[in-house]
Amino acid sequence: MPNMSLNKTKMPEQDPNVRNRNFFEVALGYTEEMAIEEAKRCLQCKTKPCIEGCPVNINIPGFIKLVAEGRFEEAYDLVRESNALPAICGRVCPQETQCEMFCVRAKKGEAVGIGRLERFVADWYLANRKPKDEKAESNGIKVAVIGSGPAGLTCAGELAKMGYDVTVFEAFHVPGGVLMYGIPEFRLPKALVQKEIDVLKRLGVEIKTNMVIGKVLSLDELFEEGFEAIFIGTGAGLPNFLGIPGENLNGVYSANEFLTRINLMKAYRFPECDTPVKVGKNVAVVGGGNVAMDAARSAKRLGAENVYIVYRRSEAEMPARVEEVHHAREEGIIFRFLTNPVRIIGTEDGWVKGMECIEMELGEPDSSGRRRPVPKEGSNFIIDVDTVIVAIGQSPNPLVTSTTRDLETNRWGGIVVDEKTGATSKPGVFAGGDAVTGAATVILAMGAGKKAAKSIDRYLKSKREQSQEQK
Amino acid sequence: MFKIVRKEVLNPSVKLMEIEAPYVARKAQPGQFIIFRINEEGERVPLTIADYDRDRGTVTIIFQEVGKTTKMLGSLNEGDEILDFVGPLGVPSHLEGYRKAAVIGGGLGTAIAYPQAKKLHELGAEVDSIIGFRNRELVILEKEMKAVSDNLYITTDDGSYGQKGFVTEVLKDLLDQGKQYDLVIAIGPLVMMKAVSELTKKYGIKTIVSMNPIMIDGTGMCGGCRVTVDGKIRFACVDGPDFDGHLVDFDEAIRRQSMYRKEERQALEEYECRLRGVQNA
Repeated sequence: MPNMSLNKTKMPEQDPNVRNRNFFEVALGYTEEMAIEEAKRCLQCKTKPCIEGCPVNINIPGFIKLVAEGRFEEAYDLVRESNALPAICGRVCPQETQCEMFCVRAKKGEAVGIGRLERFVADWYLANRKPKDEKAESNGIKVAVIGSGPAGLTCAGELAKMGYDVTVFEAFHVPGGVLMYGIPEFRLPKALVQKEIDVLKRLGVEIKTNMVIGKVLSLDELFEEGFEAIFIGTGAGLPNFLGIPGENLNGVYSANEFLTRINLMKAYRFPECDTPVKVGKNVAVVGGGNVAMDAARSAKRLGAENVYIVYRRSEAEMPARVEEVHHAREEGIIFRFLTNPVRIIGTEDGWVKGMECIEMELGEPDSSGRRRPVPKEGSNFIIDVDTVIVAIGQSPNPLVTSTTRDLETNRWGGIVVDEKTGATSKPGVFAGGDAVTGAATVILAMGAGKKAAKSIDRYLKSKREQSQEQK
Repeated sequence: MFKIVRKEVLNPSVKLMEIEAPYVARKAQPGQFIIFRINEEGERVPLTIADYDRDRGTVTIIFQEVGKTTKMLGSLNEGDEILDFVGPLGVPSHLEGYRKAAVIGGGLGTAIAYPQAKKLHELGAEVDSIIGFRNRELVILEKEMKAVSDNLYITTDDGSYGQKGFVTEVLKDLLDQGKQYDLVIAIGPLVMMKAVSELTKKYGIKTIVSMNPIMIDGTGMCGGCRVTVDGKIRFACVDGPDFDGHLVDFDEAIRRQSMYRKEERQALEEYECRLRGVQNA
């Protein structure tokens, strides 16, 4: 009998006033009983619209049925067939605009908690089973993957499963990309990311850290070293700034820097860890995306008294996930909508002491389809803050593209690819994820990595056939 | 892991280390830098490359023990290993096409000025080098600089060695005597690079400075190393570290450099306290 409750089975969470002082995970996950209860809400409908909503097309009703029957290991195996990083996606995917948006149950009441169930099966597996050695038989063909974020890891995992010898090059000292430096511990525990990466290593993927491709090796040199195809998944690592006076004052961070100090360099453990971070008493985070929420919630955890999200449009236009906004609000983050900074004010010795803002109102829709925010003349006011975090987006990192002449980019710095295949203008080079699209989501990057892996396989096979014909 | 294959004490607080890093050594150019991290808890610290040996696969770094991390590095010995060593980062210095250059090193900056002087010398330019230190005890790389310079001038603040005074005074004297340079390279403390740039601006001589701000990734990702050059935000890690000294906002750079002074002191104190505890135990 299906569970006809209109609401999702509740997932336990840390109390907001406790968790806004620690970096432990906010959502605690389902128990086996809760997972089975929630899995029974799935009607196993014939049309399976949820699968279409998933960028990597997980067999969602299939794995949920297995969960309902208590067959968790099989459920995990089924998810893993389409998704290399389920513990991560179950936590950070925007399910509400993907799989769950299409769920039949959402027509009346809440959708099945697909993300929660995905998280459950992955966590259950990582806690109860030793990762299997799934190494495929090597076909001896070397493929290089640049960047070890979601796009690169997925591409690497897929190719390794097909038998390719995959080497992933990572610029930082640990793999994971944005999963490590960007998304905070309280949303995505780093030990878990490491476990997911270990699963990939068991597929035979080799990861080389401290390798800044474009500097230490060019793409052409990678080909010379025997790699026959290259996937670029270097992400959107170039922070955008506001371009207003005072942006270089002490106390102004890009969200990238602020979060990297905390997540990757563990500044919340200073001085036990050597990297410090400055969090003042009053913090303004400029922007309305998930990165802005992450920065604001991190600042609160590090002891800031008042943390403001300053966003130039209204709540309805905010790009952040509803769940993240809800969590931020619960934790005491203060939202200042329709507010835009015009300058950052400094003390005589160059530290932030305030931010001048102007009130905005919504005008006609702009090219994004959202109503354009227009400043209200004479409405300027000052917020007292000692830290400003700029979280207005990132552009693709130009390190590889600027050192590779025959790689075409668009005017935003994104790598131009064939949408169907991920192929770039340079033969044998494929790309995907934020390096192509600009900052987007983990799952879209994974989808792109998966697609590129298939194209790389096709490309290398046809290359083999051609060379054999010539012989 | 990256092995320390040679260690040399250049003066009481400055040490040289040759690190085994074949990939970095293969590509390194004067003006570029590396980022190292000693251990799992360590911070990422940028250091300009002092020298490299492509055959041996090594990169030489020269550093001053000023904070916890550099003191820890200095306490390591030949055969020890550090966890991370990444590079070469930044844009190599453009040294081609100059006929007569003045290369100026201030203190530890001499270590970074050296590969530039060497490269200019190899390219056939006439090189006058001016290196300045606080006192005689702190003088480094005199022999090396001499080997790649047509004229070498040494200054000390207290007059205990070479000429008493600052490098800018020597440069000004040379210029007033009618020496003509088509390039000045100034590398050292921000105040010294600022003073040199102000001087050469008056004489209209192109001046390159090497910025070494606080940074994390070194790949353009964090923006922590931003420097205002000609009124625009530039990232020292990917756009530099070399910039036109006449266009750099040095006052801002000096201020930004001090952002973590309190934390730096705290980390150092706790480290030294722990060391004393170990010694007393």
